[in-house]
Amino acid sequence: MPREDNYILDMQNITKIFPGVKANDNVNLSIKEGEIHALVGENGAGKTTLMNVLYGLYDPDGGQVFYEGEKVNLNGPQDAIDLGIGMVHQHFMLVDPLTVTENIILGSEPRSGLMLDQKTAKREVKEISDKYGLFVDPGAKIQDISVGMQQRVEIIKTLYRGAELLIFDEPTAVLTPQEIDELFEIFRSLKEQGKTIIFITHKLKEVKEISDRITVLRSGKSIDTVNTEEVSEEDVAELMVGRQVLLEVEKTEAKPGAEIFNVENLNVKDNRGIPAVKDISLSVRKGEILGIAGVEGNGQSELIEAITGLRDIESGNINLRGKNISNYNARQIKREKVAHIPEDRQRRGLIMDFDLKENIILGYHDLEPFSKNGIMKYDNIAQYTQDLIEKYDVRGGGMEAQAKNLSGGNQQKLIVAREFSHDPEFLIASQPTRGVDVGSIEFIHKQIIDRRDNGAGVLLVSAELSEVLSLSDRIAVIFEGKIVDILNASETDERELGKLMTGSKAEAGGESNE
Amino acid sequence: MNKYSDKIKSILIDLGLSLLSIIVALIVGTLFIYLTDKSPVDAYSALYIGAFGSFGAIANTLWRSTPLILTGLAVALPFRAGLFNIGAEGQLLMGGFTAGIVGFYFTSLPAFIHLPFAIIAGMFVGGLWGGLPGLLKAKMDVHEVIATIMLNHIAIALTINYGINIFRNTGRPATPRIMESAAMFKFKNIMDYPLLSNLPFAELFAQPAIRLHINFFLALIAAVILWYLLFKTTLGYEMRAVGFNPDGAEYGGINASKGIITAMFISGAVAGLAGVGEVLGTHLSFINGMDAGYGFTGIAVALIGQTHPIGVILGGLLFGALAQGGLEMQFSGIPSEIVMLIQALVIFFVAALQVFKVYLAKRKAKGGVE
Amino acid sequence: MDTLKQIFSLSLILASFRFATPLILAALGGIFSERSGVVNIALEGMMLFGAFAAVYGSASTGNPWIGVLYSMIAGLSFAAILAIVCVTFKANQIVVGTGINIFASGITIFLLQVLFGVKGTSPIVNRLPAFRILNVRFNPITYIALILVPVVWFIFFKTHWGLRIRSIGEHPAAADTLGINVNRWRFISVLISGILAGLAGAHLSIGDGSAFVREMSAGRGFIALAAMIFGKWHPFGAFGAAMLFGFAEAVAVRVDFSFIPSELISAIPYVLTLVVLAGFFGKSTPPAASGEPYYKGEK
Repeated sequence: MPREDNYILDMQNITKIFPGVKANDNVNLSIKEGEIHALVGENGAGKTTLMNVLYGLYDPDGGQVFYEGEKVNLNGPQDAIDLGIGMVHQHFMLVDPLTVTENIILGSEPRSGLMLDQKTAKREVKEISDKYGLFVDPGAKIQDISVGMQQRVEIIKTLYRGAELLIFDEPTAVLTPQEIDELFEIFRSLKEQGKTIIFITHKLKEVKEISDRITVLRSGKSIDTVNTEEVSEEDVAELMVGRQVLLEVEKTEAKPGAEIFNVENLNVKDNRGIPAVKDISLSVRKGEILGIAGVEGNGQSELIEAITGLRDIESGNINLRGKNISNYNARQIKREKVAHIPEDRQRRGLIMDFDLKENIILGYHDLEPFSKNGIMKYDNIAQYTQDLIEKYDVRGGGMEAQAKNLSGGNQQKLIVAREFSHDPEFLIASQPTRGVDVGSIEFIHKQIIDRRDNGAGVLLVSAELSEVLSLSDRIAVIFEGKIVDILNASETDERELGKLMTGSKAEAGGESNE
Repeated sequence: MNKYSDKIKSILIDLGLSLLSIIVALIVGTLFIYLTDKSPVDAYSALYIGAFGSFGAIANTLWRSTPLILTGLAVALPFRAGLFNIGAEGQLLMGGFTAGIVGFYFTSLPAFIHLPFAIIAGMFVGGLWGGLPGLLKAKMDVHEVIATIMLNHIAIALTINYGINIFRNTGRPATPRIMESAAMFKFKNIMDYPLLSNLPFAELFAQPAIRLHINFFLALIAAVILWYLLFKTTLGYEMRAVGFNPDGAEYGGINASKGIITAMFISGAVAGLAGVGEVLGTHLSFINGMDAGYGFTGIAVALIGQTHPIGVILGGLLFGALAQGGLEMQFSGIPSEIVMLIQALVIFFVAALQVFKVYLAKRKAKGGVE
Repeated sequence: MDTLKQIFSLSLILASFRFATPLILAALGGIFSERSGVVNIALEGMMLFGAFAAVYGSASTGNPWIGVLYSMIAGLSFAAILAIVCVTFKANQIVVGTGINIFASGITIFLLQVLFGVKGTSPIVNRLPAFRILNVRFNPITYIALILVPVVWFIFFKTHWGLRIRSIGEHPAAADTLGINVNRWRFISVLISGILAGLAGAHLSIGDGSAFVREMSAGRGFIALAAMIFGKWHPFGAFGAAMLFGFAEAVAVRVDFSFIPSELISAIPYVLTLVVLAGFFGKSTPPAASGEPYYKGEK
């Protein structure tokens, strides 16, 4: 039975099961027409799954969907699109070598005879662009435009197909605070035009800022739906996690020692040959955490790859303990007691088809006691693995289990276990808690702080501002390949960092450290 | 205990899938036999008799399996490193040709030098013929499938078209007969060796129709060596890492280029050994047609053996049986190309059933939500 | 000097069209398949089987055009195997492609025996009508190939079919979320590649020649793949590359090289392919999603 009239969407008792996991367990979600509704929950709570069911990408195993009062069967995205539901995905669904216009019309192309009607297409795109204030360059290829414009293309895609209900999945993950403000202006403009918006996020500040109502999911179940103005961030966090949450990391004052690592005037190119790291100089001391704050895509990945021997440098120097390691490859750097938690654990950090034993030794496999004279010593490896998975609480089936069968959090813990067990003196951690459950996040943060307290130097890169602020002793802000400023963490806040992340230098406060 | 039962389970599943592939392939093969107006029962019993019907048949099945085990290994090893070696045919030819030349050219070397020299030379050249596409792949990202196939055709031009013509001394399209000092021991001559002729089963081997020679044991040894290499050495660990995830391997400090080139070189050497065996053990010269498609059959052997060296031995024996039995089928009027069709069908079904294996694994694992 | 004169003669250039024909057709087919995301290394087998089918069609009806029809059906049927096993069942595309090539070798020889009672070469059949320019024989399939080049370009870059095929080869999930049936379009693209490869085979057996000889495709399916790569998966580029390879084959067949032994001349096209692939003429990037089966709901 659908509910009263002003509910445009009513999802009742939705259940979706994947092998081994109940992603959605009798979830209920009701959306009023014309509202901005936030769907929140931790990583893995089931938010994206639920929206994929709504958009027709998944068939639910149970439950019903009512749209505008009528029961609907969504067998594929085309059904959802026909109803007026549009989705802007977290990872953009854009075809890089095609143009903005081609991406917008794909699947609903205007034609004249056999040919594509490019003129009509361009005209219609311009109409929408002007109407909603979504500026795009119709003839540009996706691979050449900014992230912000790409997102606008995604929005126009939905409006082109007549979307009345728009779903946004983690839309702010790739935006600076200022771009987020712009996005929320677009939300308000859409709302004024009578559109309804659902947006998925795990960032509580945004939820408070823009939404009318909030639905919280936890472990696949719908926990509660509340009016935004009646709750606080802490209330929502508690609903998300099920217990009181420490939103701050506990740590003592840092006691930094001598410099252990620096880069001087480093220049690195990205995969397309375009400079991504422009003349960067940084320094890290023993016993301190230097955090690099910045929206993804501003050169952090290339910087870390250059430092860890996975990417060539164009010019400049990288020095470890005074030694020039600019041309060292990944193996040589690892041998210098440098640990690296990579930002992409599945692509870089693990061999997913290997079992835990063979992953625990990755990067150290030719050293004793793991091997000798080119022969592997699997007994020693087994013992080592057992010790580590107990110590670091890596769950998922014992050391014979394949890495791909572990949850994200446990995979990350495995990597942390491996890297930390060799007593690194310099640790590079890139997005160390992305996609990881709260319990594991707390654990990993504690491990990093412990390392620092034991005298290691830590270089932290994270897109989560709160993580950078709470863990770092000093923070460097990166924007378009350059370091905008370096501040003491205790002397700055999210607002200031947010401004710096868009390239403007600090106005007041914060000593600049070089 | 738990880890062993899991391992055994996965081996059994692999075995079961391979067995299923063969059975289905044989069943589909019967359709083609119907096209020849002969009875499948006749055909398959001829197959069986030809392969296993007598001691001599079994010995010859082992003889037929020899090059197949080797080419199967030559496909299986690089597969584990993420590469498709379709060039075993060319590597076999180059290795065999080299052995054939060394075999006849040096006229006064004692056997204990000549034979190993010929073998090593053949394996080395085969290794180069495999290492070259490996190098092209590692340094210039050339797709190894096309590169190895091109090298197959080039090898044919070099050895069969050109090489034979330079060295031949008779009307036969072959290089001159090799010296006795380079010939591989043939089991049918067992009675000529005082030590061996006293062994209990010696007489059984002394039939003139038996063509089994010592390369069979070299093939088995090669399989064991490759098994050890893949699963017990750091080099093997690195190859497998590169095969599963080159980016992760790079992060782990593994030099992907080294792994790729080494895997392809070893693979070429093993395929070369197949050619060496055919020249020094079977034909006693490099003759047109000695390759008999072994390089391509090796692909089916590797797949049905689940690209595991021990599995490849079993797969090689199976296809050796098919080849040996195929001759018998030819005598009863069924084109032996049926065997080729069955090979191709095996490849299809192994590939299709592999998907089933992935499906099973997905059902067990945590899926979807991350 | 004399050699050079022979190389750059007009008749040799015309002959290049004739030799390039099967390469052009197979490369165009390869573009359809690979642009949609499916690696098709079975062009060789489809071509071989198409060559045989063409001869069978011409032999059983006396009409070579029926042979052409048979060749396209033959290519289509092998492509159907690739499509079903790889697109629907998501098996490994290279393994299955190799299987098809082996199957084609076996089945053509097998059918030679069963249908014609011979071992290596089929009886002579009626070939397609053709006319000569400067001592070079042009058959209708060559014209078809030349016409298809701009047609395929038009399809890919001016129609919505082409837009969709290109998108599923680069980012199938994106197309999926817009309601495009990725696997259906891949299936169709693979079938088209089979039809074109089969037609290429017809050129070999009843266009250029008038009989089927075992293994007569002789690796051309792979040279066509190299042409496709060299031509950066673009119809005009593939055409240019195919012409280059065709020229090489023409030279190998018709020119007298006194300093290279004749047995090695046959290897020239293969060596050239290797050289081209090694990137001495620039690197090439394939469509981003090529080679990976598409699973709905996975990104």
